[in-house]
Amino acid sequence: MSADVRMQAEYAIFSLAGEIDLHSSPEARKLILTCLQDNRPTLVDLGDVAYIDSSGVASLVEGFQLARQRQLDFGLVRVSAAVLNVLKLARLDKVFPLYPSVEERIKNAG
Amino acid sequence: MNETWKLLQLPAQADSLQRLRALVREQALALGFAAGCADDLALAVNEACMNVIQHGYRGAEGMIELSVGAIDGGMEIRVRDKATPVSMDDWRPRALDELRPGGLGVHFIREIMDEVAYLPLPEQSGNLLSMKKYLNNQGVGK
Repeated sequence: MSADVRMQAEYAIFSLAGEIDLHSSPEARKLILTCLQDNRPTLVDLGDVAYIDSSGVASLVEGFQLARQRQLDFGLVRVSAAVLNVLKLARLDKVFPLYPSVEERIKNAG
Repeated sequence: MNETWKLLQLPAQADSLQRLRALVREQALALGFAAGCADDLALAVNEACMNVIQHGYRGAEGMIELSVGAIDGGMEIRVRDKATPVSMDDWRPRALDELRPGGLGVHFIREIMDEVAYLPLPEQSGNLLSMKKYLNNQGVGK
């Protein structure tokens, strides 16, 4: 897995790529929670994620919950087919806000 | 089991999961499963092995032995460990309307696989989990 964080408008855009499993999800979790602890609205770009398991999904759920507690915007963008399949299996595809692109979300935010 | 079964024994640790998934995916494709189903099978096995690492050995050193082979009309995957013995009664999927991290793995396995059972072993010698998937039922859910 590789991870990258950049700022766009007031948003932290957190891009993940590769395979997110028990080996890599602790790092993804830490980075997502750090963005939110800095009180930044956060978008997680999953367009280049080829695989995610339940530990990766759990990291996204934790991010979603922390954002809700802090009343921060949180969403998933460019969700790859592989990730969407797993979110559907977890019945979470209707729980997370999903956006086609970062620009789409930022343009319509607020 | 016969010689057509593929075996892979690796340390029960997170960085073994990628190789375990790759073997399942490769064998599923070779046995005629569609790519989407092969991915689902790799996910189910990943979750079973993750359970062994996290809840079986609980961070202690150990081995996982994966064996994958053809059965009549499908594929069987066996996960052998030498961790604390468990039974299907220990498998408690969480309610999906409860939004919390964790507890999804068992749900994934049950949704993807057609049959899941622990096979008998001599007492206190670990676990042998058998999971089966049939070619005529490549979707998820029952």
